[in-house]
Amino acid sequence: MPLRTTPFHPRTAPLNQAQDWRRWSGFLVASAYELTHEREYWAIRSAAALLDVSPLYKYRVIGPDAGRLLDRVVTRNVAKCSVGQVMYTPWCDDDGKVMDDGTVARLGDDVYRMTAAEPNLRWLHQHSRRLNVEVADESDAVAALAVQGPNARAVVSMASEQDLADLRFFRVTHATIAGVAVTISRTGYTGDLGYEIWIPQEGARQVWDALVRVGKPWGLTPAGMLALDMARIEAGLILIDVDYVPARRAIIELRKSSPFELNLAWTVKLDKSGFVGRPALLAERDRRPTWQLRGLAIEWESLEEVYAEFRLPPQVPTAAWRVSRPVYAMGGQVGYATSGCWSPLLKKYITLAHLEAPYAAAGTELMVEVTAEHRRRKARAQVVDLPFFYPDRKRA
Amino acid sequence: MSASTYDAIVIGGGHNGLVNAAYLARAGKRVLVLERRHVVGGAAVTEEVHPGFKYSVCSYVVSLLRPEIIRDLDLSRHGLEILPLESTMTPMPNGDYLARWADRDQTRRELYRHSPRDADAYDDFGSLMYQLAFAVKPILEMIPPDPTSVSVRDLRALFRLGRHFQSLGAQRFHELHKLMTMSAADYLAEWFETDVLKATLSASGIIGTFLGPRSPGTAYVLLHHYMGELDGVFRAWGFAKGGTGAVSEAIAASAQSFGAEVRLESTVQEVTVRDGRAVGVVLQNGDEYAAKLVVSALDPRRTFLGLLDRSHLPEDLLTDIERFRIRGSSGKVNLALDALPDFTCLPGTGPHHRGAISISPSIDYLERAYDDAKYGAFSRRPYVDMIMPSMIDPSMAPPGKHVMSCFVQYAPFALNGGWSPERREAFGDAVIDAIAEYAPNLKDIILHRQVVTPADMEMEFGLTEGNIFHGELALNQLFFLRPTAEWARYTTPIAGYYQCGSGTHPGGGITGQPGRLAALKILGKLK
Amino acid sequence: MNAPYDAAIIGAGHNGLVTAAYLARAGWRVMVLEASDRVGGATKTVEFAPGFKVNPGAHWAGALDPSVLVDLQLHDAVTIIPADPAVFAPTPDGKSLVFRSDLDATLESIRSFSSKDAERWSRFNALLDRASGLLNVLYASPPPEFPAVHLRDLPTLGRAARYLKKLGRREMMEVLRVLPMPVAALLDEWFETDVLKGTVGASGIVGVMQGPMAAGTTAVLLHHELGGAMGSVRGGLGELTWALAAMVRERGGEVRTEAAVGEIAVRQGIAEGVVLEDGDEVRAKCVISGIDPKKTFLDLVPAASLGSTFLSRVENIRFRGACARVHLALDGLPTFTAAEGDQHVLRGAISISPSIEYLERAYDDAKYGAISTRPYLEAVIPSLVDDAFAPAGKHVMSVYAQYAPYHLGGVGWNAAASQRLGDTVVDTLTEYAPDLPSKVLHREVLTPVDLEQRFGVTEGSINHGELMLDQFFFSRPVAGHADYRTPIHGLYLCGAGTHGGGGVNAIPGRNAARVVLRDRAKGWGSRLRRQG
Repeated sequence: MPLRTTPFHPRTAPLNQAQDWRRWSGFLVASAYELTHEREYWAIRSAAALLDVSPLYKYRVIGPDAGRLLDRVVTRNVAKCSVGQVMYTPWCDDDGKVMDDGTVARLGDDVYRMTAAEPNLRWLHQHSRRLNVEVADESDAVAALAVQGPNARAVVSMASEQDLADLRFFRVTHATIAGVAVTISRTGYTGDLGYEIWIPQEGARQVWDALVRVGKPWGLTPAGMLALDMARIEAGLILIDVDYVPARRAIIELRKSSPFELNLAWTVKLDKSGFVGRPALLAERDRRPTWQLRGLAIEWESLEEVYAEFRLPPQVPTAAWRVSRPVYAMGGQVGYATSGCWSPLLKKYITLAHLEAPYAAAGTELMVEVTAEHRRRKARAQVVDLPFFYPDRKRA
Repeated sequence: MSASTYDAIVIGGGHNGLVNAAYLARAGKRVLVLERRHVVGGAAVTEEVHPGFKYSVCSYVVSLLRPEIIRDLDLSRHGLEILPLESTMTPMPNGDYLARWADRDQTRRELYRHSPRDADAYDDFGSLMYQLAFAVKPILEMIPPDPTSVSVRDLRALFRLGRHFQSLGAQRFHELHKLMTMSAADYLAEWFETDVLKATLSASGIIGTFLGPRSPGTAYVLLHHYMGELDGVFRAWGFAKGGTGAVSEAIAASAQSFGAEVRLESTVQEVTVRDGRAVGVVLQNGDEYAAKLVVSALDPRRTFLGLLDRSHLPEDLLTDIERFRIRGSSGKVNLALDALPDFTCLPGTGPHHRGAISISPSIDYLERAYDDAKYGAFSRRPYVDMIMPSMIDPSMAPPGKHVMSCFVQYAPFALNGGWSPERREAFGDAVIDAIAEYAPNLKDIILHRQVVTPADMEMEFGLTEGNIFHGELALNQLFFLRPTAEWARYTTPIAGYYQCGSGTHPGGGITGQPGRLAALKILGKLK
Repeated sequence: MNAPYDAAIIGAGHNGLVTAAYLARAGWRVMVLEASDRVGGATKTVEFAPGFKVNPGAHWAGALDPSVLVDLQLHDAVTIIPADPAVFAPTPDGKSLVFRSDLDATLESIRSFSSKDAERWSRFNALLDRASGLLNVLYASPPPEFPAVHLRDLPTLGRAARYLKKLGRREMMEVLRVLPMPVAALLDEWFETDVLKGTVGASGIVGVMQGPMAAGTTAVLLHHELGGAMGSVRGGLGELTWALAAMVRERGGEVRTEAAVGEIAVRQGIAEGVVLEDGDEVRAKCVISGIDPKKTFLDLVPAASLGSTFLSRVENIRFRGACARVHLALDGLPTFTAAEGDQHVLRGAISISPSIEYLERAYDDAKYGAISTRPYLEAVIPSLVDDAFAPAGKHVMSVYAQYAPYHLGGVGWNAAASQRLGDTVVDTLTEYAPDLPSKVLHREVLTPVDLEQRFGVTEGSINHGELMLDQFFFSRPVAGHADYRTPIHGLYLCGAGTHGGGGVNAIPGRNAARVVLRDRAKGWGSRLRRQG
């Protein structure tokens, strides 16, 4: 097959009722397993969902200078990352524009695993000059599953026969599931209580089977990308190529974003010396970023008014959309929404949006373009600080 | 003497001459195209040399035919269809292969097999080339300014050019500068480590040149692969349904639909010059035609030295044209096949048969092929770029049979001892041997073969020294230096005499752009 | 702690010393740090066998920019002996081409091959003068930062435009046309004599891993056309750098040898001095590096203080040394068949460059990683003009040989390869001077790797980076940083790897000194303030 399949494919393929697949980094992954993705979405929020996230790029960074290399590349302070800790971080080009975002997990004194949405092997190699470090691409060698939702802890604890109550948010631990040595991190892309399990490729199916077996009573449901997309928008988590254009593919400056502009100021540690993009980020901090990423909640009443013109009730999308829409203030366009969905949980129509800084304060009244009956209309929306949904259990 | 005077006579019914004529006719001019051969097309012809098998005898792929020409001349209505070539495959001596497919993910996976780092680099490289192609495009679309001139028009054009470079930003400008001055091998070495990938990419930099992949100046052509994307064509190379001749025929049909006359088997002997002005032409058979202006689509040497008496031309121009380097370096082998060649690295029939297959296993291989040519021999082990048109357009061969077009380099025009029928066949054998190393069944499936040497190209198609680009694409023969510093804007020292061939900016390949720009110049449309 | 020096200069090669001398002359307290045990870099004179001396780096001092000689009053300190004849180029069939200071004599020599070529010789040289004149104008100041055009670049651009305009339309286009040409193509337009084309064309390949058929080699030829007539320094080229060092000391500066720099101290993006390998610190208000850009940025500057784009550009600078040296201590003068007993013709350069094809074939070997079977050679016998080089009655021959690729195929450079190279060079010369082997008392071979070690220049590249069109002018050493300044404030470059560099011309040293002086006059300028 010209496209690749993940090590879980023998399990996921029979489950995929509509053979509804999409591409992710050259792999086939399920959009949804059932004929609608609704139950999969609710599994994330009310029980537990099992997601195949193997197409992520994974790099193993080993050696006395492994931490130094990562520190040189990413904006977070990896020197402060203790063994067993995970950091979410973007990384930038020389101009301080975001190239990618992912996580750095410290698995041992001199051993790190970096996950990324894009290939970064060459970029890491380029910054290894004069450092005693080895970077290995383990994207294929390591399969990954995410177990996300309120029951995730119970499921993963049972499967690994180890109480994970002590594994705090953004920590990682070694464990065994079905006899397979895995690492489990308390991370995810849903904004819910969740774990990601990193599995040697050859043990992938045993782990899947074990999770499914113990997960059944907990409502563990395989979930596809459609459900995940809604959950991550609720959680205010950005998606590469959708909510920002990675700097190396942005043909024009206008398309690039700095971490400050992506609501990631908290990840930029300017007090650490010498990392890629630091001088530019220092300058940007001083003159303040021109853009901000925020949430927009579209007013239901306003939607009703828009559709009333056509004697229709508001029509909301059943899945998340990823096509940019203009955002207006009274004077004209002040930004654009990059992805959005109807949140079945919040009962709100929500979007992520890039806004010019003066219009980014929470509570600001703006308008989002909506298309009703083939006609462009504007619906009122409020600026909301992200995330839209933040349950206590997320960090618990 | 014909009864009336034409507005314009175009000498040479190659694709540039036809484009020029079509644009002029479209503007309401009365135009006559005079073609020496029995078919239009010049080097862009399809001929049924062996019954049932149609060869694109010379030029074989269409990559850069300007889309505005297709639109302006309504070429699709006149039968033009350009079908994409989906892939490039290079067999390797170790039995492996390197392929680049239509799909990005598939290509990445394939490159990753050879080098994970190169797979990363390939995407970044593509993105940069796309940006640089975008930066170069306006230059290919402008009539070159005269840097020595102080006329308002030239100064304005120079100023615009300066502004354009500034607008690129330092980084892109510097990359462009590197591309213009570096060798393909050196430039690619900054990006990639896989030899076969570098070789196959660099091969596009040497096509039609008398240069090797390590010669400075070859990096620039890498850009051409990405030019197509800017125009909504996402595959770099295409094949015209019916062969390359179909391109010429469509343009000729379009020109005729606008009222232009195309006269075949009409060899122009001389351009008639009266009081320093071109007023018509005389054919070899003695026929004379009068016109208000004459446009030559022939190469610069024929345009100036072949069609005019030297006394009409200033000494400087004579010097410049005599030292204009033309040096043909490529040949063509067209094969009629009983079956498809079976490549050891990818046995059986596969998608690779629908794309280009390149014999370019390493930079050293290409460089050694060049070494032979430098000293006047054809390459013992040549670079070959082949396509199987019958896989894309079944009408090119009888059912079940195939044609294969092999572009070959290097075959120097100035072969030691000159070209002879024996040497032509020896050259053909070298090509077949080079391919058969990777597709051993080739020798058994050949029904017919046609070998075209640079000498044949000169004889048959009137390409001086058999150069497919009408003159080397070297830095000192480009842009405002093409074909000469003084006459790089389609005009000549003879009033009413214009040039529109590949020897003018922006040069060779089936772009139609010289023909179009010359027409626009003539029509005074470009200020 | 001592007060910081006004400037610390890394490397006591001729460019570093020229910069130091200019600064010392302006009253600066300078410290020059040299890694080896003596000053000179590739511009020194050494005794390689008892009583036998050679200039192991450059042969000639003729390219020295006249303004530097005047500014630093070097005429008083060193004597330049013009080489006459400048070149003696024997051919395999026993003839020879001789370039002399007397034009008529040169023409006569050319005419013995082709009267047509003799007729064109002066016009050709006029073209070279016009074209290299453009380089001369451009080398007078830092290059503009294309594509941006800053106010400060207008004078430079104005001078270049005026220069071109003065040539007239035809000649101006001619200069622009020839600049990017392969030297072989240029010579084909003018001449028919193989040895003439080979000998002139050889200047187009000096120090580059390209053959004469490569675009850009005309520019190399023009670069080497600059300066005065070919000449050597009495007592050896080392006298020049000795004189410069003495000048620096006289003005209160210090020149330390055996002081290898381990790191350039950078704090908050500002260079504050250097740390020596032995741990000593030398604080300075600015640091000026005369060593090559790769060594400067990749070995001495902490990687984290440089941007990744800049670092990749530095890594991508092509060095790949192409030449080697062979030194021969001789019992007597070898007999060149083509000299016909006239020893006088051997006083300049003896050029083994019988044709363009000869040079190109020499390159063919090298591009696949082999030593040229028959290399291009430029031999000199300094003992013929200067007694200081050899004991009485003996002679010394110093041979520049190309191509000897730094990246030698197979197992790379070792004793056997070095031996092979020495044999190749002697065998090649023996074809023209059959008694040479019998005169050799001692032989020293310096491979590209030896040159790298001895002169501390990356890959033994004598020009501190290949002098090709993409590494030239506003992109030398790398695009965006061709004005002798670097991304580190207070760190400058002044070596041959910068604009104007390649060969012993002192242009980078002079230009860098001017830039540094200007920056200090502006209180180190906004560059420091911007850092904040």
